[in-house]
Amino acid sequence: MKPPAFRYSRPGSVAEAVRLLAEHGPAAKVLAGGQSLIPLLSMRLAEPGRLIDINSIAELDYRHADSDGVRVGALARHSAVLADPAVAARQPLLTAALRHVAHPTIRNRGTSLGSIVHADPAGELPAVLSVLAGSVTAVSTTGRRTIPADQLFTGPLETSLRPDELAVEAFFPALPARSGTAFAELSRRHGDYALCGVAVLVELDAELRIRTARAGYLSMAATPQVVDLTEPIAGRPHDADLGAAAELAADTLEPEPDIHASAEYRRQLARVLTGRAVAEAAQRAATSEAVADG
Amino acid sequence: MAEPQDELHEITLYVNGIPHEVTVPARRLLSDCLRHDLRLTGTHVGCEHGVCGACTVLVGGVPMRSCLLLAVSMHGERITTVEGLAGPDGTLSPVQRAFADCHALQCGFCTPGFLTTITAALAENPAPSREQAREIIGGNLCRCTGYQNIVAAVLRAAELGQAELREAEIQQEQQGDPA
Amino acid sequence: MTGKLVGEPVKRVEDPRLLAGHGRYLDDLGHDAVEVAVLRSPHAHAQILDIDVSAALDVPGLLAIYTYEDLTGPLAEPLPLLIPHPALTHGRTQYALARDEVNYAGEAIALVVAENRYLAEDAVQRIVVSYQPLPAVVGVAAARAAEHLVHPDVPGNVAANLVQEVGDAASALAAAPHRLELELAVERSASMPLEGRGVLARWDADAGRLRIWTSTQTSTGVRAAVAVKLGLELGQVEVITPDVGGGFGVKIVHPWPEEVLVPFAARNLGRPVKFTEDRREHFIAAAHERGQLQHVEVGFDDDGRLLGMSVRFWHDNGAYLPYGIIVPIITSTQLLGPYKLPAYRVEFDSLYTNTVIVTPYRGAGRPQGVFAMERTMDAIADCLQLDRTQVRAVNFIQPDEMPYDQGLIFQDGRPLVYDSGDFPASLEKLKKLVDWDSWTSYQAAARADGRRVGLGIACYVEGTGVGPYEGGHVQVETSGKVKVATGLTSQGQGHQTAFAQIVADELGVPLADVEVVTGDTRRFPYAVGTFASRAAVMSGSAIALAARAARAKILKVAADALEADPADLEIVDGRVRVAGVPGAEISLGTVAVLANPLRYAFDEASKAATQFAVGDPDAAPVPEDDEPGIEGRDYYSPLRSTFANGMHAVMVETDPDTAEIRVLRYCVVHDCGTLINPMIVEGQVHGGVAQGIGGALYERMAYDEAGQLQNASFMDFLMPYVSEMPDGIEIDHLETPSPLNPLGIKGAGEAGVIPSAAVFASAISDAEGFQITSMPISPSELFELRRQQGESPS
Repeated sequence: MKPPAFRYSRPGSVAEAVRLLAEHGPAAKVLAGGQSLIPLLSMRLAEPGRLIDINSIAELDYRHADSDGVRVGALARHSAVLADPAVAARQPLLTAALRHVAHPTIRNRGTSLGSIVHADPAGELPAVLSVLAGSVTAVSTTGRRTIPADQLFTGPLETSLRPDELAVEAFFPALPARSGTAFAELSRRHGDYALCGVAVLVELDAELRIRTARAGYLSMAATPQVVDLTEPIAGRPHDADLGAAAELAADTLEPEPDIHASAEYRRQLARVLTGRAVAEAAQRAATSEAVADG
Repeated sequence: MAEPQDELHEITLYVNGIPHEVTVPARRLLSDCLRHDLRLTGTHVGCEHGVCGACTVLVGGVPMRSCLLLAVSMHGERITTVEGLAGPDGTLSPVQRAFADCHALQCGFCTPGFLTTITAALAENPAPSREQAREIIGGNLCRCTGYQNIVAAVLRAAELGQAELREAEIQQEQQGDPA
Repeated sequence: MTGKLVGEPVKRVEDPRLLAGHGRYLDDLGHDAVEVAVLRSPHAHAQILDIDVSAALDVPGLLAIYTYEDLTGPLAEPLPLLIPHPALTHGRTQYALARDEVNYAGEAIALVVAENRYLAEDAVQRIVVSYQPLPAVVGVAAARAAEHLVHPDVPGNVAANLVQEVGDAASALAAAPHRLELELAVERSASMPLEGRGVLARWDADAGRLRIWTSTQTSTGVRAAVAVKLGLELGQVEVITPDVGGGFGVKIVHPWPEEVLVPFAARNLGRPVKFTEDRREHFIAAAHERGQLQHVEVGFDDDGRLLGMSVRFWHDNGAYLPYGIIVPIITSTQLLGPYKLPAYRVEFDSLYTNTVIVTPYRGAGRPQGVFAMERTMDAIADCLQLDRTQVRAVNFIQPDEMPYDQGLIFQDGRPLVYDSGDFPASLEKLKKLVDWDSWTSYQAAARADGRRVGLGIACYVEGTGVGPYEGGHVQVETSGKVKVATGLTSQGQGHQTAFAQIVADELGVPLADVEVVTGDTRRFPYAVGTFASRAAVMSGSAIALAARAARAKILKVAADALEADPADLEIVDGRVRVAGVPGAEISLGTVAVLANPLRYAFDEASKAATQFAVGDPDAAPVPEDDEPGIEGRDYYSPLRSTFANGMHAVMVETDPDTAEIRVLRYCVVHDCGTLINPMIVEGQVHGGVAQGIGGALYERMAYDEAGQLQNASFMDFLMPYVSEMPDGIEIDHLETPSPLNPLGIKGAGEAGVIPSAAVFASAISDAEGFQITSMPISPSELFELRRQQGESPS
């Protein structure tokens, strides 16, 4: 399984990279981590005429965490984001999800932003970005724009990025006050793509009762699916039985069967994992310190 | 046909401490470059889609799948393969010796990927628990051993590594305090 | 350094080289070779209308493209049917390159040779083939229904039908106080070694000789087949097995199309040619195994004693049948296990389907047979509300009934006679190991906690060490080093160590002085191959006998030189000495020198053997019944297979919500006779158990109706990582030495995997409270079964 021939460029700056994309656009692909792209090339499922290797663009290798949230540049490797205590403090959902991305060796090279724009329906990070209502910033020769998560994922392995655009940053908003998160997934083997995964965000009111609950699902649809779970559990104490949220998830989601799992089984997993994650997120919300201003 | 031909690129790879200048097409996988251009055939190819881990090498001391890296993208990088784990006089490293002690290899095909992965992990965490030892090898496939002895080898390597460290410390003390 | 090595956990001599990254696997060789890629059929069943290579011709570095039209003589005939059998009435094998039709997705159509694999794949991509798709027959049910045929001249898709019978099963069933019927299924899986297939060939035009390296389990098999196909004499062909990254059965098949085409291309092009398969190719162009549907009828008495059993099964053999019907024959015969069955009838149909060929995979039909019998045992226990071990024990062949003739013909064409084994003792050991007797209370306590736990058990018997023979050659060189060769091959079993242990003991030399070569037809040309857990038995025995022959020669020569009686001599640490007489000794190297009377000395040591230095002028320098040098060559050819046995127990926990299945404990009791190297045997058991866990809970070949393999990669064919393994396998041993070979050895290679489908089905059934009849099983499948049983999701 060897890749087909392609031309190769290694720009030293974002400006140079987007110039190349403007010139070669649809025939070019961006190489960052390559952990998803290179197997596609080896299997000849993708045959780009040119690869634009951005691994020399040092300005893209950053992680930044502040009261707004977490920003990761295009070259931030999964392993670096996962190990970053500032990220974990500002957006623990991202850190929790990263533990489930493939295996450590893949995480050492793969990039979090790359994983997002690869848009695999079984990817953890697109679901996290979606449930947090984050965004991706893209640059081209004609300017810069920010794409909110709910406009980014258009289909399996498809995003609304234009062929001449370079994704340079992902933004994960910080947690509101009195909120908590949890991530749960179930895969056949440790490190595999999930049969079902869920990223949950729960907000409580001043009496520590459910104010809102949202869940982003992976492996349950062609794109990450965000379900608002608030209605059946609104106003309940955070430590009450929140199983109704799990039922709502199971009723709302319409997964497809595949060789690993039937549709009903996936629904069952959604039920079970949602139940666990909502309870966990609510608990964390109750014990969280109110996020400091500024 | 407007299909690209193979453009060649001149790159330098520092492999096991030695600089190598090679000329490769852009599509040359690092695994193939190491094995066929540099004749370092210790790194093995089991699947070419990043799942089995047999091709794992260290890039800047960090484990990566060489079948998921382009040689040209590795220009200037410091790479360690299984051939670089033993000492300059050929003495096997603690990890390698542990594998022999614990019968942690049978056909040996997956072994280089385990050795590099474990070497890097122990450099970071020299005294892993049993659970951590299982985590360390959690991304590598072996079809022969059933893993039990490989887990034992991780723990044994930690022991041998600690022993070597103590020996080195004692030696230092001895040199620092002449009789 | 003295002391017996056989029986000791000696560290492997293979290891330092492999650990240093200096293994020499097939793709590590032939850096100067040009490379091959193969155009393979995308269709499961199709007529080939046209092959247009024109677009591939301008790929740089292209050297040749071969299709069926380029094959002449024997190469144009189908590949050999390796194991004929009278019942195999409709055997079909493929052509090295497809002729006018293809019968599985993956079948080879064109061979491309180019400067490297990248370019060869470019060329393959540009070849345009026109097909007329035909209906694909996929799965046993479709094959049986025979609405469509795989091969137009094979009615009903039946390659073979075989009945074996002992006693009158029909009457026994009719008369039995209790009867049960079971419908069982085992799904297809595969060996899946980490290294795929590969072959490298060099044609020496000056010498008229062909040298082939191939990642195989049988050098001699490949040699003979290639010689025929290429119209060469056997003596013109050498085959060397390099380091092999696992075989597990799939590499016993020969000749693969590539194994004849690569040498053909090498001779044709006058350049060394290499083929290294990639992982996707291994999935669709190597071989699979295990798929069967089974129907069992059993009659038994109130104690669970078997009175009669009739088994009918349908075996999916894939598109072609190069390996014959060995796998279903093994199922038919090994199904009996350690039990007495007075009346038994087994009938199978081996069926063609438009899928990858089916050839032995570790266990080779035994897992399916054990599955049938052991599910039956559990069903009987369930029916009579008896303990599952009790039902088994009541049917055991007793140790004093050995040898026990089951009345059937085994896979070696010989009567199925168990030579040894103590099944009651094995069961006692297993029950103790897993604490069987306290299980009911453990399970009750767990249930009270809301947990679902189950304990399963399965017993098996394995005929190992099948013939026809293996040979060994032992030579002492003038350096004192001992060179050993045997013709079968190695794929990680530690043969170089185990066989060296045998020779070191037999000759009294240090292990480090013994070097073993396997699988090289230049070193040992008479051999069969490595399969059926036979290497230790066959080559171990032959090598021991060869070493004894060498030892006799050593003592004779040394006795002469020391002027002593051979009976007073001993060999310790490579020195022959007169027992109890210090100083009266001679090194093995010197003995070797003396054993070869010379006219010309070529170094210091050899001077001692020249005509003015040594020799009795009144006797011929080389006696009439003797040869120069110290060599022993002998063969071991058994009358019958020798029977190992084992019993496994597994404790599982199933999740009430997610139906995940977790292994809590895995216990093995294993009887394989004398252990040459217990460390190696334990490693084999670990590995077999891991493959068994994989095969029971994770691995299956998922074909769709069109005959497309949907999980042809490691992402979707789920081989277990360490995380899927329990922490520790508990093993206890019995050693009932085989009476059939000099060292008392029985084979151990397949032991770990044989009962796994059965033992997991038994355990999960115990956890869930309903019988599992189809394996493997995934959490999703368990969830669906629960729903069918009327359980609603929480």
